[in-house]
Amino acid sequence: MAQDIPYKSRVRIEAEAICDGFVAAGAARFETDILLSAEVLLDLYGEDIRARAYVTTDPERGEMMLRPDFTVPVVQYHMEGDGFPASYTYFGEVFRKQEDHPDRRSEYMQVGYEEFGGANAAVSDAGMFGRFSEVLAPLSLRAATGDIGILIAMVRGLATTEDRRVALMRHIWRPARFTALVKRFAGLAPVPPSRAALLAAEAPLQDAGVMIGLRSEREIETRIDALRADASEPAMSSEMVNLITAVLSVSETCPNALEQLRDIAVDMPGLLPALDRFEARCDAMARCGVDVENLPFEASYGRTSMEYYDGFVFGFYSEARPDLPPVATGGRYDALTRRLGQGREIPAVGGVIRPDLVLDLGGLP
Amino acid sequence: MTIKLGVPSKGRLMEKTFDWFGARGVTLTRTGSDREYAGAVDGADGVDLVLLSAGEIPRELAAGRIHLGVTGNDLIQEKLVQWDQKVEPVAPLGFGHANLIVAVPNCWVDVDTLDDLDGAAAAFRARHGFRMRIATKYHRLVRDYLRRGGVADYQLVDSQGATEGTVKNLTAEAIADITSTGETLRANHLKILDEPPVLESQATLFRSRRAEVTDQERADLRALINRLGV
Repeated sequence: MAQDIPYKSRVRIEAEAICDGFVAAGAARFETDILLSAEVLLDLYGEDIRARAYVTTDPERGEMMLRPDFTVPVVQYHMEGDGFPASYTYFGEVFRKQEDHPDRRSEYMQVGYEEFGGANAAVSDAGMFGRFSEVLAPLSLRAATGDIGILIAMVRGLATTEDRRVALMRHIWRPARFTALVKRFAGLAPVPPSRAALLAAEAPLQDAGVMIGLRSEREIETRIDALRADASEPAMSSEMVNLITAVLSVSETCPNALEQLRDIAVDMPGLLPALDRFEARCDAMARCGVDVENLPFEASYGRTSMEYYDGFVFGFYSEARPDLPPVATGGRYDALTRRLGQGREIPAVGGVIRPDLVLDLGGLP
Repeated sequence: MTIKLGVPSKGRLMEKTFDWFGARGVTLTRTGSDREYAGAVDGADGVDLVLLSAGEIPRELAAGRIHLGVTGNDLIQEKLVQWDQKVEPVAPLGFGHANLIVAVPNCWVDVDTLDDLDGAAAAFRARHGFRMRIATKYHRLVRDYLRRGGVADYQLVDSQGATEGTVKNLTAEAIADITSTGETLRANHLKILDEPPVLESQATLFRSRRAEVTDQERADLRALINRLGV
């Protein structure tokens, strides 16, 4: 008889069951609007989100967005409260344009679980991952994990100028651009003729002509000074480029990945605090019953997602249905709470499950 | 039923399209008064002329309401998601050449590449507290181009006309627009980035992959394409 229930109702039943499980684990129920103010989301994610979210206009309230995910509303909700540690669960529709995959759903349900204020990041990360593994275990999915915190530590620890570190940090989430910058800083990419001419010019602004626009002459001079200062810096060594490449290419089981990264850290000691956190998380996962010995770890995993994860990241994929998007994704996003919290910051980790895909893969018992 | 051929309804694009078909033995004419959008086809059987705004032709082709249509590939690629599954280019017509480009003020002597644009955008956002604004009407194509070019910290602002004036009017810092000679850009103190254009466009005859055809219509369509020699 179950076949007679409409598909969307069955997805909702699946979502409710997962959500109830999270409530039983101690999470409070969270609800929010479908129509959200676009301003905060656009400022956070930039133009990329316009390609992925539905933006519309309200004559009075300005640009509005159909909820692309729950993360921003739940962070805002928590930060307006008393600040005590709390965890939340929710389910509801989210909306994403699928220009590159028109066959994928643009309206679908998400069930989420988010934890704020956990005092021990390793324990919180492990608990979150452990809970998702447990819920999804009947579907025999492949788990993927990574840690953006290791990449951030790598960039922060690079022996180069602050300007170069800032430039690389900005592009951690854009792998191709990141690699191009590394090559340029290492002198491995040719200097464009226009840049060479600018650096060689005695008074580059002399022939600038009419000054128009909001970007002032002073700003242009400041950037020229910065480019000149950078050009006089020594190139990043090829050893450093090799170390960066080595870190980014780590793809192993967790224990082997940790060992490889510890080897790299002999020449890149900036990685050590992040690796200690990685190790603490592995230990905590083992205590949660996760098979850490065989859990995959990819250093570059999570780099192309929207740029709010800044620590542990994970996803669950169907090996039988590689055409499907991930069934669940999640990670740590302390930096997002910092940007939304006007000076305050709260440790935060969470994830979402797609109950429609759970159902497509046979459902949970 | 007949094959429907969509052609821009006015201006040089219409005249040049008529010339192109005429040179190949198919005479297109407007009928009725100057203001009436009706036309006739001479030299090919079973073909109806449909006069449309060039901007609507992509949508009509994708919906299968016209079988053939003349428009720029800039409009096809901006307006149709996965355009190559909906329409097929039959022949470039050799006119209406224009490039979609990104241009910045001439006085930005430090900006010539996308790498520069990204660097300037980062500094601009830090200094002004908002993302660098790029005025355009080609949102999808430009966004995709800038994403592939690794540019961050920008926002697109919509400009449906007089885009070159937005920088001077302080409603944008840079623009992305169609240009053929670059004269309007120069007159407005703008320069094109030293990069491949977002898109090279020209007037093109497209065939709809979505329009349904009867056997008779298929034969008429084949006869027309043979006649045109494309």
